[in-house]
Amino acid sequence: MLIVNNLKKNYHTLKDEIKTLHNISFELKENEFISIVGPSGCGKSTILSILAGIIDKSDGIIICDKTIGYMLQDDLLFEWLTIYDNCLLGLKIQKKLNSENKKYVLDLLEKYGLKDFINMYPNNLSGGMRQRVALIRTLAIKPEILLLDEAFSKLDSQTKKFVIDDIFNILREEKISCIMVTHDISDAITFSDRILILQEKPSIIKKEIITNMTEIPSKRVYEKEYLKLLKEVDDNV
Amino acid sequence: MYSKEHIKYIKKIKKSNIIASFTQIFIVIFFIFIWQILANKEMINTFILSSPKEVIKCLINTNFLPHIAVTLFETIISFIIGTILGIAISFLLWYNKFICKVIDPFLTIINSLPKVALGPILIIWSGANIKSIIIMALLISTFTTIITVLEAFNQTDIYRINLLKSFKSTKLQLFTNLVFPYNYKLIISSLKINISMSLVGLLTPVGENFIV
Repeated sequence: MLIVNNLKKNYHTLKDEIKTLHNISFELKENEFISIVGPSGCGKSTILSILAGIIDKSDGIIICDKTIGYMLQDDLLFEWLTIYDNCLLGLKIQKKLNSENKKYVLDLLEKYGLKDFINMYPNNLSGGMRQRVALIRTLAIKPEILLLDEAFSKLDSQTKKFVIDDIFNILREEKISCIMVTHDISDAITFSDRILILQEKPSIIKKEIITNMTEIPSKRVYEKEYLKLLKEVDDNV
Repeated sequence: MYSKEHIKYIKKIKKSNIIASFTQIFIVIFFIFIWQILANKEMINTFILSSPKEVIKCLINTNFLPHIAVTLFETIISFIIGTILGIAISFLLWYNKFICKVIDPFLTIINSLPKVALGPILIIWSGANIKSIIIMALLISTFTTIITVLEAFNQTDIYRINLLKSFKSTKLQLFTNLVFPYNYKLIISSLKINISMSLVGLLTPVGENFIV
């Protein structure tokens, strides 16, 4: 589904060259959920930005022919558009605005309890609701790979629990693979099939941990393996 | 059906708007009143500053309409052309970073020039007519618009730009879906400045006074 081989990224300024990613290699299989964890500034978000096509890589190979959806920590809604128009934004840019896709968006809005707000503007919504709109905007383009850059860190715990299980089910039903960047180790263990631990200087993948979790995320914390994994990931970060 | 609280809220807003309007009218009337008092008591030089009574007498006895019509026409034309030109050039400079880098110092220099000093050259070049007046107004208003609007375009939120890039947007889509609507309020503000700049250009010593 996605192959990343020897990915390198250097940032250039007039004064210096900053080597951010040194040699990153990993694969993402179909229907798989992987998390990338590591200390701040080690290049986690840079990997996602390169995969999303926002910035160019300096070197390395990326093999991927799938539709990628990218969701950030901030909702980044457009304040001058209604909730419905915000959700359709990705489809509009990609020229995929048809009745089928519009119906899909309306279904998602109803599913996430936002149907009554479709003609309202983002400033009428709470933070959690805004993040749900951002999620629908991302899911609307029917991505085959979803990139989450600390996408749920601003949600309150109740909304997070609701959204977590739902996203997990959507990913499984729609066979969407996912790469999540997070600084929250418990989130990484709760969501993922595999965890990639990134180190900084040089920025490489230090360790890969397979979680072998089976339950839906909100129930994983009760699995025996959970605490063991928590310790193992924490020791390596 | 609205709650009592909502009705009370609406009434409060309407009341505040009415009070603001009445205050504005009061300020104008008060200003005219004070001006007439100072003129009557010869505390201001009425040869330079006139008085409300004299202004009204002049308005009644002189036919200003043709003159107002011409100035209005020149203002509107200059404003429309200046706005369209200003925004179009800003878009081109935003679109192509290399051209922007090359043009930027020249923009600053031209904007800093005292354009009134170019007036006589303008008259010799395009004649003592409406064309020169409009060109003068455009010289003053367009460059201010370009500098303000271009700066706004370049300050558009980078995270939202990245969001659209993740959807594989083209640069034109970036502009129409984000950059222009994001800076809409600032563009409106620059239009307010633009109209006064157009009027300044029209009423400069070269504009109205020499050419007319």
